[in-house]
Amino acid sequence: MRKHRLFSGSLLTLHFTFTTLLISALISATGSSTAFAKQHDPTIELGISEYSKTDQDHTVPARTVDSKSTTDHTTLKELAGPFFSGSEVTKACLECHNKAGEQFIKNKHWTWKYTHPVTKQKLGKSVLINNFCTNARGNEGMCAQCHAGYGYKDDSFDFSNQENIDCLICHESTGSYYKTPNSTGNKACSIMFAGKPPIEWAKVAQSVRMPGRNNCGKCHFYGGGGDNVKHGDLSSALFMPDKNVDIHMDAGGLDFSCVTCHVGEGHEWAGSRYQMTVNDKVGTGKPGMPREVASCESCHGSKPHDIVSITGNKLNSHTSKVACETCHIPAIAKGGVATEVEWDWRTMGKLKDGEGFKLKEYTQGDGKHRATYKSIKGDFKYTENLEPVYAWFDGVMHYTTIDTKFDPAIGPVDINSFSGSADDPDSRIYPFKRMKTFQPYDKGNNTLVYMELWGDTDSALWGNYDFAKSIKAGMEKFNLPYSGEWGFVETHSYWPINHMVAPKESALACNECHSGEGRLKHIDGVYMPATGKNRWLDIIGLLIILGTLAGVLGHAAIRGIATKRRRS
Amino acid sequence: MENQMPTSTHTIQVYKLFERIWHWSQAASIFILIFTGLAIHGTHSLIDFGTAVTVHTAVALALLLLWVFAVFWLFTTGQWRHYIPTTKHFVQVARFYAFGIFKGEQHPYRKTYLRKHNPLQAMTYLLVKIVIFPAIWISGIAYLLVSIGQGDFLGAIGMEYIALFHSIAAIAIIVFIIAHIYLLTTGHSFIEHVKPMITGNDEVELTVEELAFIMSDEPQKLKVDSSDD
Repeated sequence: MRKHRLFSGSLLTLHFTFTTLLISALISATGSSTAFAKQHDPTIELGISEYSKTDQDHTVPARTVDSKSTTDHTTLKELAGPFFSGSEVTKACLECHNKAGEQFIKNKHWTWKYTHPVTKQKLGKSVLINNFCTNARGNEGMCAQCHAGYGYKDDSFDFSNQENIDCLICHESTGSYYKTPNSTGNKACSIMFAGKPPIEWAKVAQSVRMPGRNNCGKCHFYGGGGDNVKHGDLSSALFMPDKNVDIHMDAGGLDFSCVTCHVGEGHEWAGSRYQMTVNDKVGTGKPGMPREVASCESCHGSKPHDIVSITGNKLNSHTSKVACETCHIPAIAKGGVATEVEWDWRTMGKLKDGEGFKLKEYTQGDGKHRATYKSIKGDFKYTENLEPVYAWFDGVMHYTTIDTKFDPAIGPVDINSFSGSADDPDSRIYPFKRMKTFQPYDKGNNTLVYMELWGDTDSALWGNYDFAKSIKAGMEKFNLPYSGEWGFVETHSYWPINHMVAPKESALACNECHSGEGRLKHIDGVYMPATGKNRWLDIIGLLIILGTLAGVLGHAAIRGIATKRRRS
Repeated sequence: MENQMPTSTHTIQVYKLFERIWHWSQAASIFILIFTGLAIHGTHSLIDFGTAVTVHTAVALALLLLWVFAVFWLFTTGQWRHYIPTTKHFVQVARFYAFGIFKGEQHPYRKTYLRKHNPLQAMTYLLVKIVIFPAIWISGIAYLLVSIGQGDFLGAIGMEYIALFHSIAAIAIIVFIIAHIYLLTTGHSFIEHVKPMITGNDEVELTVEELAFIMSDEPQKLKVDSSDD
C-alpha cells in the first residue's frame, strides 16, 4: 500500500515538475521581452512553490565526520537492501537496536505531545497554536514532514507502531535524504515539493551515525516555514558557521554538533523550551559525573569568568541575575540568514492572474531573496543581526492554547508568556526573540482558532484563500466551539535565545546595559549602576556640590572686594 | 598653655614622610575614585564603564590598605591626639573665617607642637575620619561583598540602598574637598599652605621645654629658621 502511494506521488511529482518548467519558461520569456519589461518585476515569483530552487529549499550540505562507532554500518548485510520504503529500513534498524523503538515512541519528536510538569498544560506540536503557520493540528499531512515518523497525516496515525519511526531523518549522514508531505494538498500547492531525486534507501541506511547538525537542522533550522523564520538563533547559517556566528559550532574550530550539548541517553535528550533550565544549580558537577542538561553551566560552571581578576569577579557576580545568553549572544539572525519578526495574515490571498505568488523584496546577508509576501501566508518582515528583547524568566512557559479565552481589547495576545522576577532566585534576565503577528481568532468566543491550511478540499486555505471556510473546517474537525465569527488579533510569541553564542571578545560590553538608554532599561527590580534611574540623587547631589562651590566662590568674592576696599 | 608660657617660632618637621605619602596618595586615589565613581554612576562616559569599575575597585582596595596602615600609624605614634576635638580657639577661628578674613585680620591660630591643626580643621578631619570615610568604605565593602557573592546577609538592605549610601558619602567627600582646597587660598598664599605637606616643614610655636626636647631627642626635626625670630 505504501509503495502504491509513493508511486502515485512520484507520478504527481513528474506532472507538476513539467508544469513548473512551463511556468518558469513563461516567466523568463516575459522577463526577456522588452515590450513586457514594465510588467515584469524580478522580485515577483509566480506560484507558491516552497521547495526546489527557492529560498525554502532545505539544503543540507553533507559532511563527513570521523566516526568512533564500534560498528561500520556500511558492511552490515542487514542494511544491504534493497529497501523500497523508510519503514523497511526502520525494521532493519530495530532488528539489532531492539530497544530503540520503545524508547523513541516516548519521545516528543514522535508523540508531538508534552504535559508541562509545572503548569500541567497539555502542549506539543499536536495541539499548540503558534503565530507563524498557526496550527499543525489538522494539517499534519503537510506539517508532519518534520515528524520523525512515516505517514502521520491525521489522528488515525498509529503511534504504537514502531515501524512507523523514521530513524533516518535523525541518523542518516548523506544529506540526500528528504521528506515530502504525507497527504495531497490543494492542486495549487502540489508543485511545492517537486523536483527531488529519488532516495537511495540502502545508501542512506548505511550512512547512519549519531545525529549530526544537518539532521537536527533539517527541521529545526527551518521552523515556522523557512530558514530561521521561527527561532532567530537557529538557521542554515549554523551548518557551516564561522566562530563569529557561533563559537561552539564554528566549523573551523570546536565544530560542536547539536548533541554535543543536547546530551541524553535512551532517545531522550536535554533542552526543552517548555520547561527550561534557567538556573543550573549543579553546574559542571563532579568529574566524570554524567549530566543530562544542555545548560551553559553544565560545561562552564556558575563562575565562568577569571576568579583572580576584578573584572572576572564582577562578571561572575552577574550570574545570579543575568543568564549567560544575555551577554554572550548580543545578536541573533547572524551569518547572513534573516529571521522573521512580523507576520501579517490579514493580507493573505492576493492573486495575480488567479494564481498565488510571492514577492521577494528582502535580500539577506548571504544574497538570498526572502519572500516579503506570499499569497498563502500574507506579509512578512525580516531582520538580521537582531538585538534580542530581555525579561526576567524562571524557565516556565505558559501557553495560550485553543481553549484559552482572552480579551482582545486588552492588547496583543501572548501566544506564550513566562513567569520570573527579580525577587525569584531562580529567575534570570534572559534574551528572547519576539515575534509579532496578526492572525485570525474566534471573535465570538475570544479564542485562537485552528485553520485547515493543507488538504485537497475546498476549505483548505492554501489554494482556496478563504479564512472563513478554513477556520470553520479547522475547528469542526476537532469538535471545537466556534462562534462562526472571526477577526484578526495581534499576537506575540517569545523564543528564548540560546544559540549563536559569540566569541568572548564580542560579548556585550558593560555599557550596553550600564547606560541611560541601555538594553536592560525596561528591566525592573535590580540595581544597575549608570542607568541614571535615581533622578533625585542626581538632582540633590548636584545642588549640594554646586551650593558648596557657590559658597566658596561667594566667600572668595567678598574677600576680594573687602581687600580692594581696604586698599583704596 | 601658650598664654602662660613663653614660646618661640621655629620651623620644624610637622608632617612625617609617611604622613605626606599617605596624604598625597590618598588625594590621588580620591580623585581617581571620584572620576571613576561618577563614570560608574553614569554622570559621564569619558571612560568605558568596565574600565571604570575595574579601576575604581582596584584603587579602592589599595586605599583601604593604606587606611589600615594609617590607622596603625596614628595609634602607634600617638599622632591621633591631634584630632581630639577642642573648644580652645574654636570660636576665634570660626569668627575669623566668618568676619575677620574680610577685614584682613591675621589668622588667630598658631600651630603648636601638640596641635598641628586649628580646632576647626581638627574637628573637620575627625569628622572625615570617623564619619565620612567609614561611610564610604563600609558601603563600598558591602557592595564588593555582594559582588563576589559573599553579601547574602546584606540582602535585606539591597544593592540599591548600599549604592545610595555610597553615593551620599561620595557627595560629602566632594564637598569636603572643595572646602579643603578653597581654604588653602586663605591666609598667606596657596603655595605657603601646600608646601608643608610636600616638605613636611612648617612654622610652629614651641615652648622652651618642647624646643629643648626636640633639640636633644629629635634634632633632625628642627630645620634652620628662616627670618622670623
